[in-house]
Amino acid sequence: MEFFAWCMMAAGLGMGLGSIGTGIGQGLAIKAACEGVARNPGASGKIMTTMMIGLAMIESLAIYVFVVAMIILFANPFTDHVLALLAH
Amino acid sequence: MIHPFLFLQWIEEQLNLHIGEHVIYTWLVMAILIVVSFLATKSISMIPSGAQNFLEVVVTGIDGLIEETMGKEGKAYFPLIATIALFILVCNLIGLVPGFYPPTANLNTNAAMALAVFGITHVVGFRKHGIGYLKHFMGPIIWLAPLMFVIEIIGHMARPLSLTLRLFGNMYGHEIVLMIFLALVPLFLPIPMMLMGVLIALIQSFVFTLLAMIYIAGALEEAH
Repeated sequence: MEFFAWCMMAAGLGMGLGSIGTGIGQGLAIKAACEGVARNPGASGKIMTTMMIGLAMIESLAIYVFVVAMIILFANPFTDHVLALLAH
Repeated sequence: MIHPFLFLQWIEEQLNLHIGEHVIYTWLVMAILIVVSFLATKSISMIPSGAQNFLEVVVTGIDGLIEETMGKEGKAYFPLIATIALFILVCNLIGLVPGFYPPTANLNTNAAMALAVFGITHVVGFRKHGIGYLKHFMGPIIWLAPLMFVIEIIGHMARPLSLTLRLFGNMYGHEIVLMIFLALVPLFLPIPMMLMGVLIALIQSFVFTLLAMIYIAGALEEAH
């Protein structure tokens, strides 16, 4: 049973740690975009598009963590093993 | 996993088809796209109105985007890019309607599209440059080539993986967040999340299309 508790821990902690880096990265990207727009409002359209692409790229890091967390929670490959061991 | 009621899945269960809900909803999206484009082009007139007007705006927008990103050479790939863009956009947006399931929230749909982009990238590269396309993988210095080759191969393999997982994670994550919010507070709280879903649907289809364009353009340009 401890196995499943640790699975929960891993999913939660992993998602949190993954979000820290993604949050810092997206914050830096938006900071730079805001500064750019403040200095040159005429370029806001182009900056917006580039920023969106960049944000989606950075966001995919958190998305990878999310996918791994979902695999751990719902499609864990070791669940059958552990259940078979527990049945002994 | 608790699923909301999906009417096409219900019909499938009644018929005992065992296809999978994402395939059925993919067919639905295909039917929508085919019917809409057929209706829009049925009576083409010089002064567009209604559906023709709408589709002209969409097609012109994608055309301009391709011209901007890939240059003149990219015109040849307009059918592939525009199909992917429209298909993903309709797939993503259909998930916001109750009773519908976005086919892009399933790994298989995304993997199919990402592998198609991966395949076309290298086919295009070899057709354009011949065997010289391998120079793309060699890096700038010739004696570093064995090392660069391995790194580039890994990088190219990671492209379809990241394309697939980005779209899948966004759409599936949005579904799960909506489900959790609905379970916690059914009234009003999911509405901002659904608004964000519209944004995510647009941005993710845009990102997938743009990355496909960038990959094909990268295969088209000369090796440095």
